[in-house]
Amino acid sequence: MNKCVSAAEAVSAVKSGMTIGIGGWGPRRKPMALVRELLRSDVDDLTVVAYGGADVGLLCAAGKVSKVVYAFVSLDFMPLEPAFRKTRESGAIEVREIDEGMMLLGLRAAAWGSPFIPTRTGLGTDVVTRNPDLKLVDSPYDDKAWVAMPALNLDVALIHATRADERGVCEIASPDHYMDDWFARASAHTIVSVDEMVDSTYFNDPEVARRVFWERNVTSQVVHLEGGAHPSSSDPLYGFDVSHYKTYGGLIAEGGYAAWADAFLGDSEADYQSKVGGLDAIHQLPLPAY
Amino acid sequence: MTFSLAELMVCAASRSFNDDGEVLATGIGLLPRLAASLAMRTSNPDMMMTDSQSFMLSKPNPVSGMTSHEGQANENWMGFARIFDNVWSGARHALVGPSQVDRFGQTNIAALGGTYETPKVQLLGVRGFPGNSISHANSFFVPKHSTRVFVEGECDVVCSIGYNPERLPKGYSFDDIDIRRVITDLCVMDFNGPNKQMRVISLHPGVPLSEVHENTGFELAVSDDIGETEAPTDEQLQIISELDPLNFRAKQLKDNPPGVRSAA
Repeated sequence: MNKCVSAAEAVSAVKSGMTIGIGGWGPRRKPMALVRELLRSDVDDLTVVAYGGADVGLLCAAGKVSKVVYAFVSLDFMPLEPAFRKTRESGAIEVREIDEGMMLLGLRAAAWGSPFIPTRTGLGTDVVTRNPDLKLVDSPYDDKAWVAMPALNLDVALIHATRADERGVCEIASPDHYMDDWFARASAHTIVSVDEMVDSTYFNDPEVARRVFWERNVTSQVVHLEGGAHPSSSDPLYGFDVSHYKTYGGLIAEGGYAAWADAFLGDSEADYQSKVGGLDAIHQLPLPAY
Repeated sequence: MTFSLAELMVCAASRSFNDDGEVLATGIGLLPRLAASLAMRTSNPDMMMTDSQSFMLSKPNPVSGMTSHEGQANENWMGFARIFDNVWSGARHALVGPSQVDRFGQTNIAALGGTYETPKVQLLGVRGFPGNSISHANSFFVPKHSTRVFVEGECDVVCSIGYNPERLPKGYSFDDIDIRRVITDLCVMDFNGPNKQMRVISLHPGVPLSEVHENTGFELAVSDDIGETEAPTDEQLQIISELDPLNFRAKQLKDNPPGVRSAA
């Protein structure tokens, strides 16, 4: 089976009104080229579930989003994501704020077909008072209050991995795969962009096979997008582009989404990459050290 | 040896980890991370720390001058999903820097002012604060003690559970919540006042108690044996300089004040 498609073909699975999950974490290993393809489409009214960075910021600022399920939207070295901040302060989006760990539980519940997973997390905080999707339940085993973290069922998940074969066996060679396996499993349809395509025999090495965090039948489509995580990192291949994020922050602050889109979005990924210095420049971006 | 206020605060904060034993210590921000690292190097060698990325370390990494994670003292993989296995087990102590802290020890890093639907300033979001606060020990690091941080009412968005009887969940008591220390640029506090009231336990050298009260939006208890915050030892200062070779700690507090105020 060959699951390889173009970015445009893959993203056509996303329809207005859908709930999409986006893998990665803040400025790290985000499927940004797929997000850019969404920005070029006429899809809107999305619900987005993510450990958010500029993926969430851009989609919100572009008017594609009606609701965000999040624990944070941040670029780490720039704590406040500029586009998300602007949209959130304008009141243009509904928010469903949850704890970082609750998101993991919600994705697991969806993956496992459970309506919810009970947790202490959220008790006593505004997460339970402000988020209308969260309910407290009684336990049959004790007399305490529990938060029933509901399943975060996704229509489509967008993930960026390091390598894949055409059947959808995906390697994440970065030091952390974050919650990407749960985004993949929580979703009815999982699209994975990768920096490199490999032959299936590549996975015969047991060290490589240990870096495969979900089975190929969880992957619906594969899109070969070298440099496709830019400006986020795709460790170990390239780091995140601090300079581009700063430029992006400046453009959003001065001219909003249109200013960034006019300067960088382009009409294809090749066009985008030429505006940010080309693939060679992306591959030169140093890995962050903390 | 002379020392800066930042170094005094780092040493005070590091003492909050002294009796923790084998727990994961997480310091968010440069000075809190330095405090946790110092504790692991001195008072609590059993402590556990990560590289802020994906590995548990046997020896803390420096907070400045790192150019690569190659060669660091890894002891186990510790990706973000696995962090929650640790968080929910309770074997963790986080030292965090909230934007607001109220009289209940509730904190806020999510948004400020306006309404919840249209906040005046969107900050980070609640991040891991709800789960941290109901699962394990937490201490707070406040670089600028003021009524903007220590707010009069409740926090604008309550991100972490505190000692608030109104918000206490069914089946829970204050004993289920573990807020340890609050380290500011003026003093050190805990929550061992009457009914878990926030309480001043030591003042930094040269700081009058009145200044702490004036810069706090609510009533504070004061410890009967309130003293002066312990000065860093030469050994602590030496280890701090090893952990922060580029002296990033000097850039964390405005004008890098000295640790003993009268020396200004």
